Amino acid sequence: MKYFSLCVALFLISCGKSISPVDSGLENKIFHFGNGSEPQGLDPHIVTGVPEHHLITALCEGLVIANPKGGPNLPGVAQNWSISEDGRVYTFNLNPQAKWSNGDDVTAQDFVWSWMRILTPSLGSQYPDMLYYIKNAAAYHMEEISNFSEVGVKAIDKKTLEVTLEQPYSFFIKLLSHYSTYAVHKDTVLAHGTIDDRNGEWTRPGNFVCNGPMQLKSWELNKKIVVEKNPFYWDIDKVQLNEMHFYPVSNESTEDRMFRAGQLHVTNVVPQEKCPVYLRENNPYLRIDPYVGTYFYRINTLNPVLKDKRVRKALSMSINRKQIVENVSQCGQKAAYSFTPPGISGYEPDTAIPFSPEEAKALLGEAGFPNGEGFPKLEILFNTQEGHRKIALAVQQMWQQYLGIQVELVNTDWKVYLSREMIGDFQISRAGWIGDYEDPNTFLDLMRPNRGNNKTGWDNYEYDALIELANSQQDEVKRYEILNKAEKILIDEMPVIPIYTYVRQYQLSSDVQGWDPNPTDTHHPKFVSLER
Amino acid sequence: MLQLIIKRLLVAIPVLIIVASLTFFLVRLAPGGPFDSEKAVSPQVLKNLNEAYNLNATLYEQYTDYMTNALVGDFGPSFRYPGRSVSEMILTGLPVTLELAFYAIIFASILGLLAGIVAAVKKNTALDYIPMAIAMLGICMPTFLLGPLLVLVFGINLEWMPVSGWDSLPGDKVLPAITLGAAYAAYIARLSRGGMLETLNQDYIRTARAKGLSEFKVVMVHAIRGGLIPVLAFLGPAIAGLIGGSFVVETIFQIPGLGRFYVEAAFNRDYTMILGTTIFFSALIIFFNLLSDIAVAIFNPQART
Repeated sequence: MKYFSLCVALFLISCGKSISPVDSGLENKIFHFGNGSEPQGLDPHIVTGVPEHHLITALCEGLVIANPKGGPNLPGVAQNWSISEDGRVYTFNLNPQAKWSNGDDVTAQDFVWSWMRILTPSLGSQYPDMLYYIKNAAAYHMEEISNFSEVGVKAIDKKTLEVTLEQPYSFFIKLLSHYSTYAVHKDTVLAHGTIDDRNGEWTRPGNFVCNGPMQLKSWELNKKIVVEKNPFYWDIDKVQLNEMHFYPVSNESTEDRMFRAGQLHVTNVVPQEKCPVYLRENNPYLRIDPYVGTYFYRINTLNPVLKDKRVRKALSMSINRKQIVENVSQCGQKAAYSFTPPGISGYEPDTAIPFSPEEAKALLGEAGFPNGEGFPKLEILFNTQEGHRKIALAVQQMWQQYLGIQVELVNTDWKVYLSREMIGDFQISRAGWIGDYEDPNTFLDLMRPNRGNNKTGWDNYEYDALIELANSQQDEVKRYEILNKAEKILIDEMPVIPIYTYVRQYQLSSDVQGWDPNPTDTHHPKFVSLER
Repeated sequence: MLQLIIKRLLVAIPVLIIVASLTFFLVRLAPGGPFDSEKAVSPQVLKNLNEAYNLNATLYEQYTDYMTNALVGDFGPSFRYPGRSVSEMILTGLPVTLELAFYAIIFASILGLLAGIVAAVKKNTALDYIPMAIAMLGICMPTFLLGPLLVLVFGINLEWMPVSGWDSLPGDKVLPAITLGAAYAAYIARLSRGGMLETLNQDYIRTARAKGLSEFKVVMVHAIRGGLIPVLAFLGPAIAGLIGGSFVVETIFQIPGLGRFYVEAAFNRDYTMILGTTIFFSALIIFFNLLSDIAVAIFNPQART
């Protein structure tokens, strides 16, 4: 027994305090990144999702890159660009130093081929609509034309790319920082499959070629992805990190413990129950940054009762948003009174949703349900998650108390929830939307009549015409004025009930420098360093 | 013995076919599809995706295609992870899950047998009551509670062990193995105590004692052979359970095993991945049950039919 105890003691001492990855990372310039879940892949034309966004931002670069402090995009592969007077033709001058990670030059033709790839229908890309603003791009993707030379993108010479738009979309530059518009290395893709091969192995370590500040070193499924400095990156002098290790930690509590034990520099999230505690304790590592996203309730306007906008407004006006963010979500979220989060690229929605139970009751009465009498039982559909349940409970209680209506909560698993939303099998469903780029259009476009993500059945053609008109404006002030008019219609009609504006809540080691808050939560590795 | 093995293998084939067929149709009956996402895909894109994965063929065609390919070990590409085949993902996660299960079963066997044998030999003493009470606690405590507790104490407060990882930091396999093995250690302790108590009352043990053998020899040479039969019968399903049920431990400790793929595949409606892992786990369960039967047959000649 004595020997056994001795062995156990020796074993534990041998496992005892050792230098943590965060400490050793400081010395070796290795950044440990909590990345949420295992990425679907690394092909920028196929994948969607936030973990993939983090990885592709490190590995590849588009014509422009997101501004780390928010605001206008910065030059990426494109050194500069000019816009024709009519706002339709963009000419990009590519950086002569821009190279792929195998040393090949990044050329204008690479972009032409890559955009042809994402628009190739058989590839099944989920983001081809990012390029629909380009002349004939939608037609090519819908197979209405088959000759790609009719699409408005061409290589003038090796380093000059010309893009012609359907009309002068002034936000076009903004969406070019999205990874779906990035170029891929043609020879590498074709060496491992065809242009439309979803299962080609070109994204594997050893095969992967891209043009970002980092290159792929290793990929252990469900364990970690390691990327290292790309010696061919055009702005290599600015890159201070030697490596980044991305961990697919899907469990929030595990991630929290990893951070506390010095295994991560940054977490993907903060466990919901921990956030108010950390706020109270003034946890120095807790970061709550603005985020371009809205948490809202989607209303099925085809429902016989909910098709009446007075009912929709009554529901919205009887929600005390302030109380929800202060007492329910409790993690720095901001009460939302518009669909578009305020402040995106200087856009300030001029809308208001008063919390007025009396007015709400009166509206419901006008709609034929005085004091909620005769109002059928409503269902709130949400995907199983504690945070959604708490908010749904609060809303249920408010509607019951202020309007006298009965509400049932229905929670389902993620795919059932999505499927029910898609086929319109819901009355009210919880929803969230994170903007793809930093412009109000990424929100307001969603609610146009023919958009797949509208899902409310609401089709207001005045709204649609305003968005179309705004799109044709080159003057930002005028465009925002028109968008504001559209936003007012949306809030007056209330097919969606905004509840709060998202924030990014996570933990960040004090060793990390250059990690500035920005609305799209994009942190280009060349601006990040480790110092103590 | 050979007859037993052949009989079991012959039963295994229709079992696997039924499991595969049921899973195939059940996953397709579940609402929601593999390409549903918060950002809805257009009908055009959905059509292209369905074409790419042969989902626009009739259900019968899909079924026959799948079963034909599965027979030769091709479970198809993952719907969730483009560029990855299901077989590749199973082969990536399997060694990790097997290793974790191995450490867990070693821990469970050593601790469980030690506690069970001591408790049986020292019946109705503190050495019986205390380990058995702890064993009951071990059975009752779920892994999702034990794991974080161990991490908090040994990982965060004492800083003796890494809080997560696999093959990344020294000692990172200790806490997962203990967490996964604890409940099994408890079962083994109770089973071995029961088995040993029954055996220790047999006539041949009395004879051995009467012949003047030491108590150690009586227990470790004569009694243990019969006393461990219930444990051996339990070990087969237990190992299969350890492999199939490692999802929680893999999630708590961030271990890249097969369990996480299995559960996440169901949430993602990754049809091929669900099917592949289900068939694979079924085969494993059949295999370990067979091993367990063989072990029991070796220890107990009556069971060799």
